[in-house]
Order: sequence, then structure tokens, then C-alpha cells
Amino acid sequence: MIKVENLSKAFGPKLAVNNVSFTVERGEVLGFLGPNGAGKSTSMRMITGFIPPSAGAISVGGFNMLEQPIEAKRLIGYLPENAPSYTDMTVSGFLGFTAEIRGLTGEAKTKAVNRVIEMCFLESVMHQSVETLSKGYRHRTCFAQSIIHDPDVLVLDEPTDGLDPNQKHEIRQLIKRMGEKKAIVFSTHILEEVDAVCSRAIIIDRGQIVANGTPAQLRQKSDYAGAVLLRTSGISAAEIKDKLSQLATVKRTAILKEEMHEVSARVYPQASCPNGELARSIAEVVGREKWKVAELHTEEGRLDEVFRSITLPDTTREAKP
Amino acid sequence: MSAIANIKTIAKRELSGYFASPVAYVFIVIFLLMIGFFTFMAGGFFERGEASLISFFLWHPWLYLFLVPAVGMRLWSEERRSGTMELLLTMPITAWQAIVGKFVASWIFLALALFLTFPVVITVNYLGDADMGPIFCGYIGSLLLAGGYLAISCMTSAMTRNQVVSFIVSVVICLLMILAGWPPVTNMFVQWAAPWLVNIVAGFSVMPHFEGFHRGVLDSRDIIFFLSIIGFSLFGTSVIIRSHRAG
Ligand SMILES: Nc1ncnc2c1ncn2[C@@H]1O[C@H](COP(=O)(O)OP(=O)(O)OP(=O)(O)O)[C@@H](O)[C@H]1O
Ligand SMILES: [Mg+2]
Repeated sequence: MIKVENLSKAFGPKLAVNNVSFTVERGEVLGFLGPNGAGKSTSMRMITGFIPPSAGAISVGGFNMLEQPIEAKRLIGYLPENAPSYTDMTVSGFLGFTAEIRGLTGEAKTKAVNRVIEMCFLESVMHQSVETLSKGYRHRTCFAQSIIHDPDVLVLDEPTDGLDPNQKHEIRQLIKRMGEKKAIVFSTHILEEVDAVCSRAIIIDRGQIVANGTPAQLRQKSDYAGAVLLRTSGISAAEIKDKLSQLATVKRTAILKEEMHEVSARVYPQASCPNGELARSIAEVVGREKWKVAELHTEEGRLDEVFRSITLPDTTREAKP
Repeated sequence: MSAIANIKTIAKRELSGYFASPVAYVFIVIFLLMIGFFTFMAGGFFERGEASLISFFLWHPWLYLFLVPAVGMRLWSEERRSGTMELLLTMPITAWQAIVGKFVASWIFLALALFLTFPVVITVNYLGDADMGPIFCGYIGSLLLAGGYLAISCMTSAMTRNQVVSFIVSVVICLLMILAGWPPVTNMFVQWAAPWLVNIVAGFSVMPHFEGFHRGVLDSRDIIFFLSIIGFSLFGTSVIIRSHRAG
């Protein structure tokens, strides 16, 4: 549904988005991750046709955004960053306006407004002026606006920003449910959301895509994805290191903690070692040597750690020229 | 067809925005008070001893100079400041439809304020046998003048997210357009500039084009003059908005 090819955007000499390409099909929820200023919002503004790209092509539902913007925009629902809305209107007035401009009138308009008011839990404030709403309610009002025409494509810039934990949960469930029938792109700084909602995630850093895959694939990129955590008591760290280093599956063993009789170690696998093999071979050593083991498990890798390792080194390098 | 519907939807929202706040009512009251004051006190309406509205229309270019930019200053600067421009321009409408819709809404609002001056017309009819032709033409001219100023304010409001800056810039432009052809100013320039140059500059002024109307002359050149100010300024607005989006 969304196809982005070699998209770039320069603001003066600065490249905010640099040669970004990806596609999102119906039934996919794509998470857009990246540090502040990475170019997430800029990419979304180009996809939704607000700003023209410096280079590259965008097509939405088969319509080229530059050549047939009206047809393409008709398919998109968009929640901009900071959820702007006309503050001098009431919630239902604002939603009515957005419905009308999407071509819904009369009965269809009333139905659409009522549907999104219910979906976004806005009943209690529907006659209130947007100006007097709290931040979270404003955010929900703008979110409601983006789904008022039941679009095939949803572009959401930080949809859960400013929501309370209950609402975050509700909105995530809503995005996940809608994602079964739509193509959704959403940006977030909350990594749990990636696991909870996304079928795929892209990490973008200083305008470039640095990782693209399912949440599980991204976690694989973690240094300690596939490593084994071992906690024993009554044996010395030196002995553990010595015995484990004799295994063909082990690359290296790092001692995390050594106090009293307890030793915690992380054992990294050889690159060629198949999944699970490392834990099995360590368990054999444990059985043979009769070590007292308190904990032995294979680590999955954590998204935040992947995120940091992919994006942080570069930013610190930029800070210290 | 859908273009008209889109313009109507935008204009309706914009108009309802005016009346949702007390600003609209305050504006109308100030407009009526000031026009009443200038017409009857400063303009010597009664002293003229004639049943015409010359002293009424005479003041319109000067009154509009401040009141129209006050109406137009928020048109686009507010959209930019609050970020709703991003919302508006990602809807399935063209930038032109948005520009025209917003312009038309504020023009309708100004027309409404102008319409509320009808007691002046009743008064002049009560006092004597007024010639309705020039009065009607005067109203048309006044509406076109307001439209011209408004389009200029619309353009300046697209330049900045600051309403005050937008107001000041459009007052200055409108003032220049008055002064360019105002007899005291042209007389001064004639002393050291070639007459043809003075004439060209004066040709851009609203004054000579406006005066025809309240003398009861509907000259197509005057009408085209104001319509082209509107067209040009709205085109300028679209260029500014496009360049702002391009970053
Ligand atoms: N209109 C503009 N003019 C100049 N530079 C801009 C403009 N808009 C964005 N930028 C720059 O482009 C870069 C990317 O900004 P963008 O808003 O896309 O980041 P982001 O990934 O959304 O960040 P955040 O997580 O903070 O929302 C930033 O360095 C920003 O300063
Ligand atoms: Mg952003």
C-alpha cells in the first residue's frame, strides 16, 4: 500500500532524510524508531504529502504522491506530531469538519463521527471546546480525526504520546486490531510498543535506515542474543572460565558478578553455533562437573540494547568531532 | 463540483471560527462605531446638505487600513503556529481550495459588517431624496476594496507565524497602496518626478479606482483592478505556502 523509494529530504545543507526505501503492505504494522531528530517526522510528512521530497518517489495505494496527490491523500489517515487541531471548535464540530472534508455528509458523517467518538473514548468531552481539553484528550481527538474515514493507510506520528497507561494500552490494541486490515506506519520512542503492536520495525538514524526487520530479527542483532546466562554457587570463577573455554561452542565467557560463593557469567556462542546448542553443551559440563546451578538460560536480546548499540555510537562521535 | 464542496466546507469552518470567539462581535461593534463617528462627526455628513453617502464612503480606505488586516492576520499565521496547516494540507484538497475557502470566509464576514451599516442608508433616505445608484455602486466598491486589502493580509499572514508581524506588514502594504495615488502625495511627487512615472505609480493606488464607485460609476477597469489585486495576492499566498512547505 505504501511504497517509498530512495526518499531524501534536504533542509538547506542538512540531509534530514537520506535515501530511505521501504514498503508497507495491507495487514502490516510498521514501527518507525530512531533517536530525536533522526528524520521520522520528516519522512512521514513526505509520505502524507505535506512536504515535497528533495528526491525519491512515494506511492500510496498505487497513486504517486507527487502526481496524484488528491487520490493518494484520500486513502491516508494522518496523525501529525503534537496532534494539532482547531482549538476554537468543539470535539464533535472538529470531527464533523474533518468528516466533511473527507467527503462524508449527512447520515454518513454523523455515523462516522459517532463511531470514532466511541472508539477513542471521547463521549464525555464531545461537546467541549478543544481548547479546554487536557493534552491526552486533544491527542485522542486528533487520533479520532485520522481514522474518521476508515482509511486503508494510517500514518501515525507518536500516537501514544501523552496518553495515560490505560489509554496507551487501548490505543495500542486499536492499532493492532486495525493493522489486520490496513497498512499502518507509526513512530514511537516506546520500545515495548514495538513488541506489542508491530509486525515489522525500522530503525532510522540521522536520516538513514540502520535496521529493518521483525521485532524478533532486530533482537537477534543484540550482542547477547543467543548468549547463555549461568549462575552457580560453590565454584570459582576461574574454574568456570577454564572448563567452558574447552567447549567448541563457546566464544568467550564474561564474569558478571562474583561474590561469596556465587558466580554469574555470560557465555557468548561461536558465530557458527546453532540456536540452543550452546545451552545444551553447557548443561552437559554442569552435569559432568556436578556444579550447583541456580540459573541457566539463553538470552533473547533486548530491543533497547539493540537500539542503543545501533544508534548511540554514531551520535557520540558526532558530538565529539 | 467537489472543489466547490471543499471550498464551502473550509469557508464554513473558518466562519464558525470567527463567531465562536467574541472577537467577531467586538470587531463589528468597533467597525460600526468608527464608521458612524467618521461619517457623521468628522465627515460633516449633515453640513454637506446633500442626500449622498460621499462622506460615508470617503473614510472606507482609511478604516479598512487597520480593520481588514486585523481580520486577515490570523488566516494562515494561526494555521502555521498551531500546526493545523499540516492537517489541512494533508487532507484530500488542493492548497488553492484551502486558500480560496479561507479568503471567502473572511470576505463574507467583512461583507456582513458592511451590511450592518444599512442604517446609514436609511438615514440618508429619510433626510432627503437620495440617489440609490451611487450608493449601490459605493457598496460594491467598498466590498471590492475590502477584498483587495484582505487578500493582501492573507498573503502576509502566510509569510509568518506571528500575527502581529503579519498585521504590521499588511498595514504598510495597504498604506502604500493608498498613498501612491492620494492627491496630496501625488502633488508632491509631481514637482520632481516625471508625470508619466507619477501616473504609473498612481495607477497602482486604490484611491482613484475606489472614487469612481461612490460617484456612481461602475467602470469595468476599476472592478478588474480590485479583482486582479485579489487574484495576484492569493496566487502570492499559494507560492509562499508552497515554498514554506518545501523547506
Ligand atoms: N522545516 C525544517 N527546516 C529545517 N530543518 C528541519 C525542518 N524540519 C525538520 N528539520 C530537521 O530535520 C531533522 C529531522 O527532524 P524530524 O522532525 O524528522 O525528527 P524526528 O525523527 O521526528 O525526531 P523526534 O523524535 O524528536 O520527533 C532534524 O535535525 C530537524 O532539525
Ligand atoms: Mg518527530
